[in-house]
Amino acid sequence: MELTEKDALTLSKLISKREVSSKEVVDAYLNRIEKVEPVIHAFINLSAELARKQALEIDEKLSRGEEAGRYAGVPIAIKDVLSTKSFHTTCASRMLENFIPIYDATAVRKVFNAGCVMIGKANMDEFAMGSSTENSYFGVTRNPWDTNRVPGGSSGGSAAAVAAREAPWALGSDTGGSIRQPAALCGIVGLKPTYGLVSRYGLVAFASSLDQVGPMTLNVKDCAALLGLIAGHDPLDSTSIPRTPDEYLSGLTGDVRGLKAGVVKEISGEGIDPDVLSCFYKGIGALEECGVHVEEVTLPSFEYALSAYYIIAPAEASSNLARFDGIRYGFRTECDCADIWEMYDRTRSEGFGGEVKRRIMLGTYALSAGYYEAYYAQAQKIRTLIIRDYNRAWDKFDVLLSPTSPTTAFKIGEKIDDPLTMYLSDICTIPVNLAGIPAISVPCGFSKGLPVGFQIMGPPLEEARILNVAYALEQSLNLDMRPPV
Amino acid sequence: MAISIEDVEHVAKLARIYLTEEEKEMFRKQLSDVLEHARVISEVDTSTVEPTSHAIPLSNVTREDEVRESLTVEEATKNAPWSDGGAFTVPKII
Amino acid sequence: MDFETIIGLEIHAELSTKSKMFCGCSTVFGGEPNTKTCPVCLGHPGTLPVANRKAIEYAILLGLALNCEIAERSIFHRKNYFYPDMPKNYQISQYDIPLSRNGFLEIDMGEYKRRVGIIRVHLEEDTGKSIHVGESGRIHGAERSLEDFNRAGIPLVEIVTEPDLRSPEEARNFMMELRAVLEYLGISDCKMEEGSLRCDANISVGVGGSRGTKVEIKNMNSFRALQRALSFEEKRQRDVLLKGGIVTQETRHWDEAAGITHALRTKEEAFDYRYFPEPDLVPIEPDPPWVEELRRSLPEMPAERLRRFISEYGLPKDIAKVLVYDKKLGNFYEETVRKGENPIEIAKWVAGDLAGLLNEASIDADLSPVRPGGVSELVHLVESGVISGRMAKDVLKEAFESGESPRQIVSRKGLSQIADSNEILAIVKQVIKENPQAVSDYLDGKEQALKYLMGQVMKLTRGKANPKMASEMLVEALKMRE
Repeated sequence: MELTEKDALTLSKLISKREVSSKEVVDAYLNRIEKVEPVIHAFINLSAELARKQALEIDEKLSRGEEAGRYAGVPIAIKDVLSTKSFHTTCASRMLENFIPIYDATAVRKVFNAGCVMIGKANMDEFAMGSSTENSYFGVTRNPWDTNRVPGGSSGGSAAAVAAREAPWALGSDTGGSIRQPAALCGIVGLKPTYGLVSRYGLVAFASSLDQVGPMTLNVKDCAALLGLIAGHDPLDSTSIPRTPDEYLSGLTGDVRGLKAGVVKEISGEGIDPDVLSCFYKGIGALEECGVHVEEVTLPSFEYALSAYYIIAPAEASSNLARFDGIRYGFRTECDCADIWEMYDRTRSEGFGGEVKRRIMLGTYALSAGYYEAYYAQAQKIRTLIIRDYNRAWDKFDVLLSPTSPTTAFKIGEKIDDPLTMYLSDICTIPVNLAGIPAISVPCGFSKGLPVGFQIMGPPLEEARILNVAYALEQSLNLDMRPPV
Repeated sequence: MAISIEDVEHVAKLARIYLTEEEKEMFRKQLSDVLEHARVISEVDTSTVEPTSHAIPLSNVTREDEVRESLTVEEATKNAPWSDGGAFTVPKII
Repeated sequence: MDFETIIGLEIHAELSTKSKMFCGCSTVFGGEPNTKTCPVCLGHPGTLPVANRKAIEYAILLGLALNCEIAERSIFHRKNYFYPDMPKNYQISQYDIPLSRNGFLEIDMGEYKRRVGIIRVHLEEDTGKSIHVGESGRIHGAERSLEDFNRAGIPLVEIVTEPDLRSPEEARNFMMELRAVLEYLGISDCKMEEGSLRCDANISVGVGGSRGTKVEIKNMNSFRALQRALSFEEKRQRDVLLKGGIVTQETRHWDEAAGITHALRTKEEAFDYRYFPEPDLVPIEPDPPWVEELRRSLPEMPAERLRRFISEYGLPKDIAKVLVYDKKLGNFYEETVRKGENPIEIAKWVAGDLAGLLNEASIDADLSPVRPGGVSELVHLVESGVISGRMAKDVLKEAFESGESPRQIVSRKGLSQIADSNEILAIVKQVIKENPQAVSDYLDGKEQALKYLMGQVMKLTRGKANPKMASEMLVEALKMRE
């Protein structure tokens, strides 16, 4: 079996037992990348040289019997929205094409401290705004299951890289489904943690009250391991929860007997592709066989979640992206500008892509005088209603279930000219972000040869529980998730 | 919720984005569509509902008043498109 | 016409924390551009703010000192607008739920007192600085600007008053009182010239009981500028009204050199700050024990100290004010008093000559080269008649310049006053003998002759004769001549 077919934990064991060197692993992935990357285009910048150097250092440490980190020598792909010191961080934008950060994001620092080797910065929708990775200044990423289709987004590069075995695992970020939806569309596992579980320090902000960094992996065990690595309190993030994270990996027993699960009616019926639904229900059947009691539950406020999200997220984004002004870093227009105002206008017009401009415009409008109450304030109240719906559900259920995405991977170009239709691809994932709860997407089968994702949601900080349910489902279905590429 | 070209121009000025006439018309239509869709939220009675700005309730998160090392001027300005003597250079303000 | 001037102030004071509001960079004034910056205060992508606990405590202290209600729950907002001195193009500030509100501060105008309402006290971050490059060095006509973010992120308190002030003098007095409060709390350097204390004003002139149009005045960089600008503006608005004109609602800029205000051009700025709750920060909820602890730590406020100086030391109000409205000078005074000399005499020296010397040399009282012990010594020398008041002035000046103690100066220069009655009597006799004409003039009833004779005594003793003793002995000796 090829090294690149193994999961991260297996690689980690092999390296730590010195059955294989980190250099061999890294070279195997770089060879794989050389082979498939021209088709997939999962990365914006590869860090091949750096990775080889890091791998050699780790091998030397291990040969001297020194501590080299919990997952020493295992390659990782990092979404290009996470700040990496001295290495390009573009956010898939022309605005940051040549930007080289002066610090590491906390999540990045943690994976480096564990000895992980960064193989490259993964492609994404510009500033994480999108559901297809088509909004990248550096070109689209292709789905390893069908290269005419999108990998989902915005963490499409991370998802495609893992699915195509260009990296055993990856870091993504999720504001409205940006980890879970591409994980579903690429047939891998992706988890959006409880808001505040993983530090946002160094995650280039899209919508600050919704953003979370999370793991994207080949299987649930790797997911638990990578989550355990990046979770935990960070004094640099005021919204970071001051609490020691649970032991995710050791909690994976697969024993889910007696658990109560609710299927959320609002996002598991109307508007969902029938093939996706039947696949989802096969997953439900498998869980029932594992001893889970499944019932339907109705969460009426979910009807308003998408609208509330498309007010709140652009509003916060319009403010977060104001700092890209051509002064301290990033792109500045070549135009000979009469004054600073023209410089701002030209720089931002030339530096941002269409979707980013659209959301900045939308968010600016929603916050502007006369509209704040009707849009932003009202959306924040809808958020309260959604949290209340969830809280009522937790009285009765341990976890909630739905498909991750209403469709499987769609064709490149299919939805790009119709923003509203594109936004609808997030309907199943968005309520989770608005409520700040954790959710995982795990493969539950195929529809016309394309992977379908199964979403498991849990109460705040119950990552261990949703991981265990996902593990039970994964073990029970035992799917072959190797793409044709 | 129909948005006028004037609305688009006003918002573009607040957001400091130059738009061509074509873009203005495109955004006028697209923003109108999205806001039309968002209108459903205005139908919800939220008179007794408090807004949520943080999903996870925390308060009084602070740091001690301690000085940390600052960047060198080289580090601070190395990504700047234009700088001069350690300061960032911008075109005239008025 | 019956005019009424109405003034409200909006004051910004930098808090004297060691580090910035949301990051660990130093707040020390000045330095080369961008040497006190980090990814957070430069607004680098992905960075996050973490609030400085000390800054929050300082703001609560100020709220308490200004008799405000402290909010049980307060949040930060983002104020969104583009300007090159603002790294994120939004300022983290507070909006509808400030840390404290509904307070007051009383000012003493001599004949009357006025209680000035405080609408709110809130916390925010300072901006950086734009240096305009071009022939004029000013914003108008500059070719480009240089941005320095050393100041960006320094904690600021914003204090907004009710429009309760009725004259430029009141406005100035309010600022003096507020500065003293900040100084007594020890939470701000209060240096208007370094920009650590800044003030904008709203002024309107109403006629016959109706409210006038509000005009905002900016760029007043000293107490004097505040009063001058408001006086100018008061007169300008009155003149407009007298000519039957209408005052325009606008923002005007004080030009210190020209001594006028002028309207600011706002060609490009669209004002819509799009405030919304700062998602990167969590609410501040000062619980009662925290607030109580801060309340207990409140020091004596200037108004209380003024009352105490008058009642405890029997000082005249004008002298007491000089001592109280410079906290360090007041501390110096009390330290001197503790050494045991007459408090009123000490006050005259500290508030008079010493304050003058300190002011001239731009030295704060705590760094005075003459220590409280020196002033106490000086007062003792005068009180016990060793030197005259006139001599003491010179001794103080010399002590201030050389750092020598007054006693050392007096003994080194042989300055001590002649208080030996035999010595003085001998000179008196000599003067009477050498000036028969003056003596006879005096005896004929010409009082001025006594002054001349006294002058001769002082001349012969080179001013060292105790004047009181000399004058008494001279009169006595002349009487014996009659």
